[in-house]
Amino acid sequence: MLPHLDAAHNLARWLLGNPQDAEDAVQEAYLRALTYFDGFHGEDGRAWLLAIVRNTCFECLHKKRRYVEMPFEHLELFRDDSPGPETLQLRDADRVAVQRGLETLPPEFREVLVLREMEGMSYKQIAQITDVPIGTVMSRLARARRRLLETLTAASRRETA
Amino acid sequence: MNCREAHPLLNAYLDGELDAAHALEVESHTRECAACDAELEIQKRLSTAIAAAPYFRAAPGLHARIETAAPAWRRPAPWLALVASLAVAFLLVARFVPTQNIGNQVIQAHLRALRAGHLVDVAAPGGHTVRPWFAGKLDYALEVEDISARGFVLAGGRLDSVNGRTVAALVYRRNGHIVNVFIWPASEESDRNPVGQSQDGLHMVNWRAEGMNWWAVSDLDLHQLQELPLCPCFMPVHETLRG
Repeated sequence: MLPHLDAAHNLARWLLGNPQDAEDAVQEAYLRALTYFDGFHGEDGRAWLLAIVRNTCFECLHKKRRYVEMPFEHLELFRDDSPGPETLQLRDADRVAVQRGLETLPPEFREVLVLREMEGMSYKQIAQITDVPIGTVMSRLARARRRLLETLTAASRRETA
Repeated sequence: MNCREAHPLLNAYLDGELDAAHALEVESHTRECAACDAELEIQKRLSTAIAAAPYFRAAPGLHARIETAAPAWRRPAPWLALVASLAVAFLLVARFVPTQNIGNQVIQAHLRALRAGHLVDVAAPGGHTVRPWFAGKLDYALEVEDISARGFVLAGGRLDSVNGRTVAALVYRRNGHIVNVFIWPASEESDRNPVGQSQDGLHMVNWRAEGMNWWAVSDLDLHQLQELPLCPCFMPVHETLRG
């Protein structure tokens, strides 16, 4: 019995973008989890495992050179204080638009949204998984949501234009 | 609280990450401020939209593929060590944990949520259902009656871990007390009448109905706890007082 396999796969699939890479990364992560198991002394097995999955995925992105790590300051440059796109009818934002929107986000943004919105994890757990302070989780989530909103707004404008 | 102070907290408010005092301040601000209220509404819709995005479950073959790649997992020693240390995370353990321990685990889960100040993953808007949020996060369907009009107000829900599996936890408020209700599929079909237990100043009622195990835990006394409308019927209390 492998715990949290669906959560692990969902995270990997969103980070890597294709089924084959996702399955490879999940397998690699579970093998590592076994190897490093002695290092686990916490209570939260799911967060511990997802941290391994996430690190495996980022290594994979590096290896495939599909991803150049964004300097921290650049991530911070994405504004989260722009006025709300009031015209956006999110009800109309269909699954495909949301999926595309998520896929265009930098992986650091994508992962916090997946962990928060799909896995329902707390800021503390996300901080543990992504290895950043809780304050960074909070601001990163706010920026990720703002960017996704902007993307969806732009997409719906294109459609109506 | 003004907009400058409230705006950065809106995300954390929706995520249920604010302490009660700040949450109340944000609530009272958004009642008066149309701009922040609209922003809150947009953020809520965004959450709903993301929840509708695909959730990529593992393909059926992946499990077998990983186990084949890791034959060491099948060797008894590491396997047992794994089970022992990750007990709460493992479904397999369910078979080996005596029922008596479930009460302990439910209490631990209740206390963990209170101590960590992380009662809910998702707040229940207006005390109504959180069922849509659980869709896709549990490996079973959650059907729970809306009882907010009957003295127990639904504060929200969260995923928790009991008896080695991920379970739904619903959080109700009753006269300022918190009630955690844990629900997960039962291995037996037949219903079982509610049974009360008390331990370490906390009280629990558990029963089996609709194919589910139900465990309610709170610092409310047993009689008040049994008034929980979800509880199928009032039964004489069998108290097991310990410690």
